[in-house]
Amino acid sequence: MAINKQVANATEALRDLTDGMTVMLGGFGLCGIPEMCINELVRKGTKELTCISNNAGVDDFGLGLLLHQKQIRKMIASYVGENAEFERQLLSGELEVDLIPQGTLATRCLIAGYGIPFVPLLAGVGTEVAEGKQTVERNGKTYLLEDAFEADFAIVKAWKGDTAGNLIYKDTARNFNPMMAMAGTITVAEVEELVEPGELDPNRIHTPGIYVHRIFQGENYEKRIEQRTVRSRN
Amino acid sequence: MALSKEQIARRIARELQDGYYVNLGIGIPTLVANFIPEGISVMLQSENGLLGMGPFPFEGEEDADLINAGKQTVTTLPGSAIFDSATSFGMIRAGKVDLTVLGAMEVADNGDIANWKIPGKLIKGMGGAMDLVAAAKNIIVAMQHTDKYGNSKLLPECSLPLTGIACVKKVVTDLGYFEVTPDGFHCVERAPGVSVDEIKSKTAGRLVIADDCPEMSF
Repeated sequence: MAINKQVANATEALRDLTDGMTVMLGGFGLCGIPEMCINELVRKGTKELTCISNNAGVDDFGLGLLLHQKQIRKMIASYVGENAEFERQLLSGELEVDLIPQGTLATRCLIAGYGIPFVPLLAGVGTEVAEGKQTVERNGKTYLLEDAFEADFAIVKAWKGDTAGNLIYKDTARNFNPMMAMAGTITVAEVEELVEPGELDPNRIHTPGIYVHRIFQGENYEKRIEQRTVRSRN
Repeated sequence: MALSKEQIARRIARELQDGYYVNLGIGIPTLVANFIPEGISVMLQSENGLLGMGPFPFEGEEDADLINAGKQTVTTLPGSAIFDSATSFGMIRAGKVDLTVLGAMEVADNGDIANWKIPGKLIKGMGGAMDLVAAAKNIIVAMQHTDKYGNSKLLPECSLPLTGIACVKKVVTDLGYFEVTPDGFHCVERAPGVSVDEIKSKTAGRLVIADDCPEMSF
């Protein structure tokens, strides 16, 4: 019988997520963010968090909700526009921010899940991103040595999952979720549809269940659109 | 007449070749997609994990789960592929993307680019720009030739924090088309009606321009 990773809800999934922890959160902009778990962190009021996420949400949705309550001590991200409260906290010094290249962010999650401690990357060479970083030379090129991320919790959002923890993502809501799922000391997955083992085709699994510790089905996803762009039918 | 944003995009679109995979940045670069020459197949890469980006969806068909790197709702096309962010930057890093077009605040005459930060003012982050400029074989910058105060954005040296070093190959501005060479910016074509002297006076970096530099035609 498959190992059962199912928990009731976000409250149970995050029961031991406490002040001062490092938390990775999947999503690109507001696409594919773990809405249920973010709401639970807001409810719990967990403080002094270090958050690793590509973006920081908008003022009233996503990680912006945590920023608003000053629950984040340090933000590690690649792009944080679209968030006035973020900018205010950064300029006032309330919030510590580490901006890193997007591909570097993805790869530092990926290698954590692959058991690789560090990786040589070109992005940021010759820029302020390189300051204080160890470098290595190969074939006349200089690379920055970038460390695997360590996170107490990785929180991801998937489209479908089974109780064994296997995950399937939908469209570009995949983004950072698969790498972060592999990188958490404890990985929590919230899914739109949770099914029994055997219902998902093993050939179609994006994240193997071994990486996922807790899984639950969310409800009433808002799935807010950041830039609604359409074309006319005429 | 200086080029409009659309004309800058149209000129850059002529650089596209059949079979190219292309990453277009936000702003003028996005407009390049509207001018892909007829008979040429290119696939647009969006670094949030989409290859073969289609047009905006019809009203009512927008899907929160399907966006581009500018967070706009988009569509897929026959032949599209979706993947995670690590794979996306993997294909960028491995040089699989043939052409990257992006905007800039400053470009230096050795190909350095600054486009992500104004200390004390703008702190939005670099997103995927540093990864793209570090890896891409062919980088074209699309931007205005001068800032809103009339200062040249083509400089001997960037004054803003760098995004990447010695990586820009071509710059298309409202005044002309420039190749980055060991001798500096080589003006290959000038905008229709823009004089060689105007380009000289508005370019702070090293400039190579012939007296009979040809005009761009549309």
